[in-house]
Parts: sequence; C-alpha cells; structure tokens
Amino acid sequence: MIGLEHYLTLAAMLFVLSIAGIILNRRNLILLLMCIELMLLAVNFNFVAFSRYLDDVTGQIFVFFILTVAAAEAAIGLALLIVLFRNKRSIAVQELNTLKG
Amino acid sequence: MLLHSILFYLFSAIMLGAAMGVVLSRNPVHSVMFLVLTFFQSAILWLLIEAEFLAIVLVLVYVGAVLVLFLFVVMMLDVNIEAAKRSVARFAPLGIGIALLMVVQLVQLIWLRSRPAGITSGFATSPEGYSNTKALGAVLYTEHVYAFEIAAVILLLAIVAAITLTLRKRPGLKVQNIAEQVAVRAKDRLRVIKMDAEKKT
Repeated sequence: MIGLEHYLTLAAMLFVLSIAGIILNRRNLILLLMCIELMLLAVNFNFVAFSRYLDDVTGQIFVFFILTVAAAEAAIGLALLIVLFRNKRSIAVQELNTLKG
Repeated sequence: MLLHSILFYLFSAIMLGAAMGVVLSRNPVHSVMFLVLTFFQSAILWLLIEAEFLAIVLVLVYVGAVLVLFLFVVMMLDVNIEAAKRSVARFAPLGIGIALLMVVQLVQLIWLRSRPAGITSGFATSPEGYSNTKALGAVLYTEHVYAFEIAAVILLLAIVAAITLTLRKRPGLKVQNIAEQVAVRAKDRLRVIKMDAEKKT
C-alpha cells in the first residue's frame, strides 16, 4: 500500500536530483533556475503528503503560497536574466565578475 | 489498492526520469520540456492522494504560466551549449557523489520509523461528497486571509519589478507624440505668402 513514506522518498529523490543538477550545471543560469523550481516542487510534495497524512488542509494552504511566491520569483529571476543577457551578451555564471566578489 | 500502487510507481518513475532529463539534457529547450513533464507527473501523483485543487493549480499556473515564461526566455536568449557541455563532465563525480550520499541518508531516515512494523502509514480516505476545493477555500478566505492578501501584494510586486527591469528606452526610435499631433493648429503648419505672379520665360 502506498503511504506517507513512499511520497517522502519520492520527494527526497527529486530534491537530491535537483541538488545534483545545481552542481552539474553551475555554468548555466537558466538551468540553475529550473533546478530551484524542481527543489520547490519536492518541498511541495512533502507538504501535500503530510497534509493528507495528518488530514489537515493547512499544509495545502502552505503549498498554495509557495506556488505564489515561486511564480513571483521565476518572473523576477527571468527578468533579471534578460537584463543580464542584454548587458553582457551571455548568461554564463563565470562571467559575472563585475562586483569582484 | 494494487492498481493504486502500480499507478504510483509508474508515474513516479516517469517523473524521476523527466527530472533527470531536466538536469542532464544539453539543450535548454529540452530541459524546459522535461520540466513540463515533471510537473505534469507530480500533478497526477497529487491527484492520487486526493489533493485535487493543488494538482489542477500546478498544471494551470505552473505549466501554463511559469514554464511557458521559461520557454519564452530560453528561446529568446541563444545560450552557448558547447560551453555548458565542458562543465558537466568536470563536476560529474562530485555531483553524483553528493547526490548518492544525500539520498541514502534521507531514505534511511524516512524508513527508519516504519521498518520494524513493516507497514507504511497510509492516507485517510475522504468521506463521500468531500470537496477538496471547498475545504481549502473555507480556510483560505477566513483563517489565512491576511497571508492571502500579502500573496496578492507579492504578485503585484513581481509584475511591477519584471516590467521595470525589462522596459528600456531605445535612443533614436521614431515614435508618435500624440499630444503634439492633436494640439497642432493650421497656422503652425501652413504659411500663406503674397507674391507677384511670375512671367513664363
């Protein structure tokens, strides 16, 4: 029978896969943003599974707000990406050295 | 219950495969397409545990708006694929090592509690006539109405920020000035001069 543990395991696998994606694709800013979206999806999985397990809709309300904030984050992040591309003609992370950090 | 298990394993296998496709594919457009597939499969998995409203929201809002936005941006920028290829090979052992370590730890931790009994903790099935959307709405607009309003402000902020960031005034662009065009008078444009008629030579 499919239970809480199955969903938590699936979410953990998804989260770890996106961490691996951030390490592998750390040159490409767009792929980094996509991996962050995957991470948020994994977190949402945990919220939904626990909400159903405890039979409490507050967890699903939380997922609703995470989706809202993630949408705002994606919109602003992509706008920043476009401004960056316009100024430097590239979105490679290793060329972001203007601040000398 | 058996059908439920088969569907769960099928959809989660597709989802993990698609997530792997997001991480590993060379072309960013393919990555976005795999991301769409991942979100679709997770919406189906949420449907399986009766979180219907969020499943539909995930498809409508995430696949319909956010991922299409990603697709637009990926297609507008021409990303150098060759440069990204080299970095993948260099960091592959580190990334895979960290991922394996973390997944082993997390899975151990999750299954630690249910292992002795050998049974998993199932989900309670909803009673007849239960509406997930209605239950969510009843809580969202009463108990969490303040957070709901803040979420609306955050979305407005995102609109304003995205527009002001990407708006640019290009110099030398020929545009109409409507106010000037409307306010023009005939005497500004036309000058009547008096002169003698000229003879044909």
